[in-house]
Order: sequence, then C-alpha cells, then structure tokens
Amino acid sequence: MEDFLWLVPALPLAGALILIVASGKLSKSVSGFIGAGSVGLSAVISIILGFRFLEDSTIVIKQHLWSWFDVADLAPDFALHLDALSMVFIFVITFVGFLIHLYSIEFMHDDEGFTRFFAYLNLFVCSMLILVLADNLVLMYLGWEGVGLCSYLLIGFWYKEEKNGYAARKAFIITRVGDTAMAIGLFMLFQTFGTLTIQEILNQAPQALPMDSETGTIIAFLLLGGAVGKSAQLPLQTWLPDAMAGPSPVSALIHAATMVTAGVYLITRTYAIFELAPLAQQWVGIIGATTLLIAGFSALTQNDLKRVLAYSTISQIGYMFLALGVGAYSAAIFHFMIHAFFKALLFLGAGAVIMVLHHEHDMFKMGGLQKKLPVIFWTFLIGSGSLAALPFITAGFYSKDQILWLSLAGEKGNIWFFLAALTGAFVTAIYTFRMVFLTFYGEEKTHVSHPVGSLISIPLIVLGVLSLIGGFIELPHTLGHLQLFTDYMAPVVPANVLTSGIESSEWLIQLSATALCILGVGIAYFFYMKRSDIRAELKRSMIVTNRFWYSGWGFDQLYDLIFVRPYVFISTINKNDIVDAFYAGIVSVSNFFHDAFARTQNGVMRWYIMGIVVGAIFVLSIGLLFN
Amino acid sequence: MVGGIIAWLVSRANESFGKIIALLTVSTDLIISITLWLDRQSLLANTADQWMIKFNAPWIPTFGISVSFALDGLSLLMIMLTFFLGVLAVLTSWKEIQYRPGFYYFNLLWVLAGITGVFLTMDLFLFYFFWEVMLIPMYFLIGVWGHENKTYAAYKFFIFTQASGLLMLLAILSLYFIHGDSSGTYTFDYFALLTTDFSPEVGRLLMLGFLAAFIVKLPVVPFHTWLPDAHSQAPTAGSLILAGLLLKTGAYGLLRFVVPFFPEASVEIAPIAMLFGVIGILYGAILAFSQTDFKRLVAYTSVSHMGFVILGVFAFNELAWQGVVMQMITHGISTGALFILAGSIYERIHTRDITTMGGFWSKMPFMAVMALIFSMASLGLPGLGNFIAEFLTLVGSWSANKTLTIFAAIGLVGATAYSLRIMQKIYYGEARMDPHRTSRSLDLNPREKLIFIPMVLLIVWLGVYPQIFIETSKKPVTEGLKISEGKLKAPFHKQPDPFLSKKGGSHE
Repeated sequence: MEDFLWLVPALPLAGALILIVASGKLSKSVSGFIGAGSVGLSAVISIILGFRFLEDSTIVIKQHLWSWFDVADLAPDFALHLDALSMVFIFVITFVGFLIHLYSIEFMHDDEGFTRFFAYLNLFVCSMLILVLADNLVLMYLGWEGVGLCSYLLIGFWYKEEKNGYAARKAFIITRVGDTAMAIGLFMLFQTFGTLTIQEILNQAPQALPMDSETGTIIAFLLLGGAVGKSAQLPLQTWLPDAMAGPSPVSALIHAATMVTAGVYLITRTYAIFELAPLAQQWVGIIGATTLLIAGFSALTQNDLKRVLAYSTISQIGYMFLALGVGAYSAAIFHFMIHAFFKALLFLGAGAVIMVLHHEHDMFKMGGLQKKLPVIFWTFLIGSGSLAALPFITAGFYSKDQILWLSLAGEKGNIWFFLAALTGAFVTAIYTFRMVFLTFYGEEKTHVSHPVGSLISIPLIVLGVLSLIGGFIELPHTLGHLQLFTDYMAPVVPANVLTSGIESSEWLIQLSATALCILGVGIAYFFYMKRSDIRAELKRSMIVTNRFWYSGWGFDQLYDLIFVRPYVFISTINKNDIVDAFYAGIVSVSNFFHDAFARTQNGVMRWYIMGIVVGAIFVLSIGLLFN
Repeated sequence: MVGGIIAWLVSRANESFGKIIALLTVSTDLIISITLWLDRQSLLANTADQWMIKFNAPWIPTFGISVSFALDGLSLLMIMLTFFLGVLAVLTSWKEIQYRPGFYYFNLLWVLAGITGVFLTMDLFLFYFFWEVMLIPMYFLIGVWGHENKTYAAYKFFIFTQASGLLMLLAILSLYFIHGDSSGTYTFDYFALLTTDFSPEVGRLLMLGFLAAFIVKLPVVPFHTWLPDAHSQAPTAGSLILAGLLLKTGAYGLLRFVVPFFPEASVEIAPIAMLFGVIGILYGAILAFSQTDFKRLVAYTSVSHMGFVILGVFAFNELAWQGVVMQMITHGISTGALFILAGSIYERIHTRDITTMGGFWSKMPFMAVMALIFSMASLGLPGLGNFIAEFLTLVGSWSANKTLTIFAAIGLVGATAYSLRIMQKIYYGEARMDPHRTSRSLDLNPREKLIFIPMVLLIVWLGVYPQIFIETSKKPVTEGLKISEGKLKAPFHKQPDPFLSKKGGSHE
C-alpha cells in the first residue's frame, strides 16, 4: 500500500486537470462525480494507510518521485514523507475534504461555475496534501503557495461582485507577506544547514544551532511569520473574516478545517528549531493567547453568521498556537483534528441555513429554525457544544481541556497563558450560544424556502458524530486517563513535560473551565432568550467598545492607513514615472537650444553681420583681458 | 552542423516575403536548435570545456576580425528561447499585420538574426555588429507598425540603446588596443581578450562602458524609461521580442562579458549594482500597480523582474547565476505571454485601458485561464518556472547580501499586488463594456490557442522539472565563475558573515 502514497495527492490533481481541460463539456453530475470521487479515493487510500499507523505509529513511509532541481547542493526533490504527524493531516484533509465535496454537489448545484468550483476544490486538496507530505521545505512551499492560490480563487469564486475580488486579493496579499518571511527563513535555513530536507534539518539542528542562538531565533521568528500569515494569527489575521465571501463549503474546507491550520503544521513539523529558540517559542504562545482573546471578543459582536464562525476559527487556532508555545505539540494537533470536525460541521450547517433562507447572513433576521430544519439544528448544536467545550459529552471539551491544563501545568506554561485561555473559553461559550439562540430559537423571521437533501445531511451527521466521540480517544487523568492520541504522536513530537508537583490540581482547573463554560451558556441564554431589553441597553452603553470589537479591533483601518493608502498613493502619484521627467527635461532643454539657434539662422544679412561683430568684440575683449 | 548555423544566419538577409516563409525559417531554426540540444551530450563529449561547437573564419584579418561563433549550454538555451518566441511572434502577427507585411517580416527576421548573432558570436567586433543589427529593425518595427504614439517611442528606444551601445563600442575598441599593445596581436577574439591584463583603474572604466550598454538594455532603473514606451507602442510581436529576447541580451552580456572580463571591477561595483537591482524590483512593482495601460503595466513588471537578474549576476555564485539563467528563460515566456494576451484583447476591443475592461471571465474563459496562469507565473507561484528562477536568485543573493535580499523578497509582495490587479481589472468584476460589443464569442481562436498551449506547457515544465535546463547551462555558469574567480586575488565572498562566523562553518 505504501507504494500508492503518491496517489493521495495525485488523484485530486488528476481530477482538477480533467475538470479544467474538459471545462464546459461535462455535465454537472459527471463533474461532481469526478470532483468528489477523486478525493474519495484519496480518502480511502489514506484511511488504509492510517490503519498501518494505528498498529505502529513509529513507521515512516517515504516515496521519492523525481528530482526537482539540483544547483550547488540545493537539491530539493519531489519526495513524500509520511509519518504519524502528516498522517493525521492527510486523514483530515481527505476525509473531511471528501464530505465537503459531497455536500458541495448539492450546495453548488445551481451555480453556473459548478465545474470550475470542483476544479479549484480538487486543486486545493492536492496542494494541501503536498504541503503536509513534502519531505523538504521547498516542496512544502509549493503546496503552501498552492493553497494560497486556491484560497484566492475560491474566495473570489463569485467574481462578478467587486468586493469578493477585493477580499480574495486581500487574503492572497496578506498571506504573501507571511510567505515572504518564511521564504527568507528558508534562505537562512539553507545557509545554516546546507539542505532544506526537513528530517535532515531536524536531525542536525541540535548540533548546528546552539541553544538560544541568534540564527536559530531569527529563523524561528521567520517561520512563525509564515505561520501567522496562513493561520490568520496576529498581526496578519485580518484577511480571514473577509474570506467568508467565498461559498460556504470553501469556508468550511479551507478557512476552517485545513488551510488555516497550515501554520500549526509548519511549527509542529519544525519543532526542533523552536525548541532551540525559547524566545520565539514563547512568542508563539503569546501570539496565540492574544489572538484567541481578540478574536473571541470580536466574535461576540458580529451579526453575520459566517463572520462569527470566522472569528471563532481565528480564536481556536489561537488555542493551537498557545499549545505550541508551551510545547504541547500533540495537544495542538489533537485540537486541530477535533476543530476540523466541528468547525467544518458548523460552516456546512451555517451554509445550509444561509442557503435555505435565500442568502440571508444576518443572524438577527433568522430564528425559529429548530423545528423547520431538525437535522441542521441538531448537528449544529453538537458542533456548537464542541466549540464551546461543553463538558464530558463533546470532543471539544477534551481537546481544549488539555490545552488549558498544559498552558498552566506545562513546563513552559504560566499563569497568564492559562488565564487568557480560560477567559477565551468563557467568551467562546457566550458567543457560540448567542449564535445558536439567535439562529435557531425565537420566532421565525425569514421563511425557509426548501428542505435540504441527503447530500447535505449526510456529511453533517457524520461530522456531528465525530464531534461527539472524537474526544474519547484522549481522556485526562481525572477522567479515565486515556492517552491514545499522545501515544500515537509520541514518535514525531516531544512529550508534554509538566511542572513538578502540580498534578493534583488538575481537577480544579477542569472544574473552573466547566463552570465558566456553563456560565457563558447561561449568560447567552439570559441576554438573547430572556431579557433582550437589557441586552439592547448594554449594547447602547458600550457602543464604542462594541464598534471597536465589531471591526476586528481596528486592525483593518490601521493597515489601511499605514500600508495600503501610502502604497496606492505613491504608486498613483508616480504613475507617469518621475525618472522619465528627467529625460523629458533633457529633451526639452535640447529643444530649447535647438529653437534658439534655429532662430539665428534666419537669412537676414544684418543679423549675420551683427553676429560676426559681436563675436569679434567678444573674442578680442577676452584676448585683451587675459593678455 | 556548424555550416548549418552559418547558413541559417546568412539566409536571413534574403528573407523578405511572406509570413509563411518567415514561419518556415524560424521553425526550421527552432528544430535545428532543439536537435542541437538533444545532441548536447555527444557534443559535449568531444570537448574538454564548455563549448559544444566552435566556428572560426577570418573576415578582416588585418584588424583581427573574424567570423567567430561558439555554442555552449547558455547560448544554446538562449537561441532555443529566441526561436521559440520567434515562431510565436510570427504567429501573433499572422492577422495583426496588414500593412506592408513583407517588410514587416523582413524586419522581424532581422531582429531575430541579430539576437541570435549576439548570443552566438565570440568576436567582439561582430558582437557589436549584431548588437546594432537587432536595434535598427526593431526601430522600424516600433516606428512603422506601432500604436498611436509610435514615433516618439521608436526615437526614445533608439536613442537610449544607441547611446549606450556607443559606450560599449568605445570600451571594445580600447580593450582591443590594450590587448594589442600588451601582447602584440591585435584581435577581437573573445578568448584572447579574456586574458588581457590591465590596471584596476582601466578595468573599471572599460567595465562601465560595457555595463552601460547592458544595463540600459536590461533595463536597470533609472535607465528604464524607454521600455514602457517602446513596449506599449510596439506591435504585439514587437513587445514579445523586446521583453522576451532583447532584454535578455543585456543579461547575457553581463554574464558573458562584464563579469569574466572585469571580475575585480565587478566585485567593486557589486553592492551598488545589487542595490540598483533591488530598487528596480521595488520601483517596477510599485509603478506597475498603478498603470492603466495593460501593456505599460506588463512593461513595468519586466523592469521589476529584470531587477532580479542584476541582483543575481552580481551575487557571483552558482545558485544566483542559475537563477538568472532561469529568469531569462521564464521571464521571456511569462511576460511574452502577457503581451500576447494584451495584443489579443486589443484586437478584440481596440483598447489597452484596463479601467474600461472587466468581467471578461464569462466571455472568454479560456483566455482568462491563460491570464491566470501567467499572472501567477509573474508573481512567482511555485510549480511554474518563474518561482525556480526567483528562488534560486534569492537563495544565491542571500549569501552575498542579506539586507538587499530581504528587500528583493519584499518585491514578491508587490508582484502579488500587481499581478492580482491584472486579474481583477480585466477578468473579474462586472462587465463594464458595452453589452452589444461583447455579446459575441470573444474567446481565443485556434491559432491563439496554438500559441498559448506550448507556452503553458513550457512554463509548467520549467516549474516542475527544470533540472534538464539547469544541467544544460551548468557548465557555462560554473566555467564563467571559475574564469572570473581565477583572475581575482581572493575568491568571491570574503565579507565576514555574522551568522556563519558564529556557527563556525558554511555550506560552501
């Protein structure tokens, strides 16, 4: 089976190529079949591979396809590397990707760009798989940019709307800023290690880079730059809320489940460098903690259902970064996996709601849907529960609890990380259930056009089940103590190290998290179900804060002011190229003299005589003066 | 085989009538050059050095001028590119040129002949001769078949390149006399002149002479202003040849002449040259962003991309030089394709103003996909050839100068901004054109598809499997560096490196 590893990315690529080349000539059902089928086959292969890893997660499958280029020792290949870490990612990408493809067949059915949509989606899956399977950083960069391109194409999928094009460009350009940092990081890595093969770098890192060295720290920060761009963390988070302009399956697949976690993957993959650069690693945690709070508060104030989910994605990835920052790699990856399930579920559910309500995005115009759309309601509720980390029954509880615990108890954790994570959990509970209550309870404000079909329901149900039971593979010490996932990850990432003497307080932390979560749900219930009058008053009294949070803490305005406008200004003002003015100047000077001298040649005799006389006088006087 | 090269060059002169003859000639040349390329292993096996074929016949023996051609991997790649783009140029002109087509194709072929000559000749006098040969027909191409402001553009192009070319002629002549004085044999032969000894001051002056010609041609900011005018006014094939080939002669000259002849002076000027390269990258990117004329926009992207060339050349290492060679090829293809796109759009709607365009995706999906591919190439998307070029250049220049490399890398963000603007303004958004004007099918016709499909295949090939091309130019690049390094007292890269010194080792 190992020999078929290359098929995992190649199948979606083949699907994309067929759809592009035959564009317009295929019927919708054939396009959908090719699109979903190719990813489905990839999913089957990766699940079969996954069983091998479940037996023994220490195995590594390598496959060398061909040499890319080879110049002066820089010789990256098209080579794949599958280990326990990339296994988790290819499972999530192909499996969740497949469900989303299925869902899209129904969701996009009436769209004129149906084939184009599946071509992009397949291309995305292929790039993402290359990203996580690459055995060297250059190939990874190829996947990295490839997903950026697909993200751009899919955000701007409905290209006729000017603002979608704007959102798409914004996403591409902002992530490109991060990518550039990462590219410079690659240059430095190559100079330091003489190779860009990931495993060689990891093996050599402890010898080549002393602890806390300047080079190591700079490299780690540059890689972090790439990671924050893709994963929409501070300070490059502003593109993600706007990216919701794309169709909902895109938001689910790219901007929630897979691409945005590429940064988490990058840092985990190159953990050895971050381990040697404690300062950079600490900053990973600080960025994560700050981002999760900022995005959480922004999510509280949004009216657009998909924007709430977008901010919550930023916030949840903040948790993953926090986990990486305290060295809890397996916890971050665990949360990534669970988050992929429930966030894909939420986006798909939200997409279905928006579709049946005639493209209504505003939550305040929704309501009363729990009777009309029972499947969507129940699955959405499960997803929300998991996002808010409702205790014991949801998968999100187990994955988030682990991060909360390690942010305090981990060797690199501290009380501030913990408090940020705890506050974040509280805020998450409020905004999640605010969303649920507004959308599904209360009175019906917009009429439901039609019920959803089975291609939409089935993916929702499957993801709903996973969002519930996915957490049981990793239980905390206080509740059964099961560590399947950590054990599975053990061969590829270092284990969590706890500060000594803190184990006993684990139950206390779980209790406080549980209490805050339930309190958050209660607050949402109180404000949005019982006493909307108090809510309105509260909103009025905090209108400034509200607006500030609503606009995503003003980052957009700030960047607009300090980067976008000056750039456009300089560019526009210099449209005609100032340098050219210099040459135009030379031309006009010579023209001037040309005209001046031409005028002297007028054919009038007395002018010429006058000229000779003046000239003679001039020469004579000079002669006299210097004699 | 050698006779073949000569025959095709000389036969150019008689070429005057008809696109079919033009197409046949250039295609034959393309096939010959590809055959040479396929044979490169056996050709290289016969010689110890990089040269596959050498041809030498005296021309004016009194002055030591000979008809001397030589072919190595670098020039082979360049002439392949020349004829590839040459075929495309003929194809794009197929319908566009109605006015005096015979003279047009005569000029077109003469430009190609001049360029081929520049890439092949190993006699400096002949080199200058070909340098002028490609200039004058190009002047006519712009001046006769150009757009509304063609005379101005043609003058500007001519004066800029001619003036700088004269400086080069001066430098060539002085080199000739210096060599003659010191060795007793007066010759324009490249290999003989390579061994000339001169004092550093003289070297510096002579180098500036050569440099002037090449950096104007390349062009380097602030000598770039002829380029937007020439590009935007030239007919499509003219822009294609200008961007795809003429600019490359500048880059080729730097690699072939400036550095091997004057390594010492080059090292001295390297920081400044690299600085100008980076300025070019950023300046071109910023200006490209605000252009409303599609062809001017693409012209400024050329300025930006050529900045990478000069950055790479003066980094003096194999990585960067291979990057430069790749950049020459990939930029020729990707920018050429963008110019052809501009030409195709102009044929359809008779404007180059992108503010009046929009929403073309639904009208011409095939063209939109092409535009997408080549604007992605232009912003350096991995998987397409330009990425390899820019990545290698930047990795190479990183070891030479860190600060400048960082700024050059920032240029990639600027490239993203202008490339996406192309897509946005032309293909995305609401259709802004008059509905009845855009109602009929506007997508590419089979001839245009025939132009684009090979370009796409080639740029993807260069992106995913460039090794075969890199190997072709490996020997010339390493030899060129070795010759230059041999003349220096100390090897390149002597400057202390804060990171390396700490680590106590380097990958070299």
